[in-house]
Amino acid sequence: MNKEKKTVLIADDDVDYLEQLKFHVENFGFETITAGNEEECEEAMKAEKPDLAIFDLMMNNDDSGFILSYKMKKMYPDVPILIVTSAASVTGINFDSEKDSETSWIKADRYLPKGIRPDQLHREINKLLKL
Amino acid sequence: MEKLKLLIVDDELGIRTGIHRALRDFSVSFPFYEDDFEFDILDTETGEDAIKILDSTKIDIVLLDNKLPGMEGIEVLEYINANSIDTAVMMITSYASIELAIRATNNGAFNFIPKPFSAQDLKTAMESITKHLFLKRMTHKMNAEAKQVRFKFLSVLSHELKSPINAVEGYLRIMKDKQAGDDIVSYDKMIDRSLTRLESMRGLIMDMLDFTKIESGSKNRTIQDFDAVKLAKLAVDSIYPMAIQMNVKVESDFPPQLIMNADQGEVEIIFNNLLSNAVKYNTENGSIKFSIKQKKNKAIFVVEDTGIGMTEKEQALLFKEFTRIKTRKTKNISGSGLGLSIMKKVIDLNKGVIHVESTPDVGTKFTIKLPLDVAI
Repeated sequence: MNKEKKTVLIADDDVDYLEQLKFHVENFGFETITAGNEEECEEAMKAEKPDLAIFDLMMNNDDSGFILSYKMKKMYPDVPILIVTSAASVTGINFDSEKDSETSWIKADRYLPKGIRPDQLHREINKLLKL
Repeated sequence: MEKLKLLIVDDELGIRTGIHRALRDFSVSFPFYEDDFEFDILDTETGEDAIKILDSTKIDIVLLDNKLPGMEGIEVLEYINANSIDTAVMMITSYASIELAIRATNNGAFNFIPKPFSAQDLKTAMESITKHLFLKRMTHKMNAEAKQVRFKFLSVLSHELKSPINAVEGYLRIMKDKQAGDDIVSYDKMIDRSLTRLESMRGLIMDMLDFTKIESGSKNRTIQDFDAVKLAKLAVDSIYPMAIQMNVKVESDFPPQLIMNADQGEVEIIFNNLLSNAVKYNTENGSIKFSIKQKKNKAIFVVEDTGIGMTEKEQALLFKEFTRIKTRKTKNISGSGLGLSIMKKVIDLNKGVIHVESTPDVGTKFTIKLPLDVAI
């Protein structure tokens, strides 16, 4: 199937952050599907296969982003996943998606801090979609 | 029964066996602590051996002679201090000079017991060192626990405070770069959302102040007579604008008056929390029943709504700090996650009880019983 516009699934439980991500991603020229929590996101990914997914880490659960990544990769192994989070600044725990030891259990392709500039986000998305 | 490990370091056999004998059936007890302390006694003749034992075994108390064949007692003490070994040291010595006493005290010796000493001298000294040790460990433990609670509170708090800042900042950046075009109207929603987020952040800060005041016990209470019905009517009036927006009907069932002797501000916190939750978590065109009754020496407040209700799992989380039940039904409802835990603390402070009954999609009923007179 060759769609004209790629679809990005975005999940975040902060209504405003979700709104802003949607705004930026649509500005980059993608279609968006949004979900406000873990369950909604699961339903959304069952309903339609996106081209890329952006998950907030902490939603209903502290590790919602990981749970969703795991389920997503099980369903669609080829869909790249970006996790955006403010966890690092809260917990001091840093994740690095480039390290093999961590990609083995974190099923996300890229890990970004919240508050990233839109142009950086755009670059990351393009890289993952190989555009 | 708790056992403390005691190490005797003395080259005189007589002293060592004397101490063994004196402490064999000896225990230290505290009026405020149910366990007694007994002693497991180890001994050695030299400072060198003492260090080996201290390095390999957890020793609680050391009875240390200064005059030893090789290394001196004070050197053992210096070793303990330099290596931060957690143990309490009491020096036993007949050669106590002022100079030695200062050196020993500087190195953290707890006390001196001069030779020769009686069994009673020893027991008295052991009692005081055991109490010192116990209190030191208790404070240490309590500090560690308090620190942990504070840390958790702060990290959750910083997350709750940062989210609105991130949200507002995000909107401002979009506006700054005019990413939605030149027409100012395109930004109306973002401005509204920013204002809403800031307002709820202010609410969180106010709630947090209430919470910490109650938590630390520094809240000033003014216990006096007041009419709870009059207060309830005011609370209903102030929730009215919010109820109109949702088209929620508020019915009240109050007696002519109900005099309580309590802190009016605290009862107001309870009413406001109950009512604002009943409105916030209601459905459009829903209703709220607020009733006040007196049963013997208790005031009974019942607030029942026709709202979204809660599952049992959700009810279990209800009074936890910063816990907001996040589901599709609650995602557009703002709150600090502190309201109910503040209310619970206020109820506890007044020796009252709260009871919740709830059915998802049917509604929730809060029943609160407070003593009419908190002073009794």
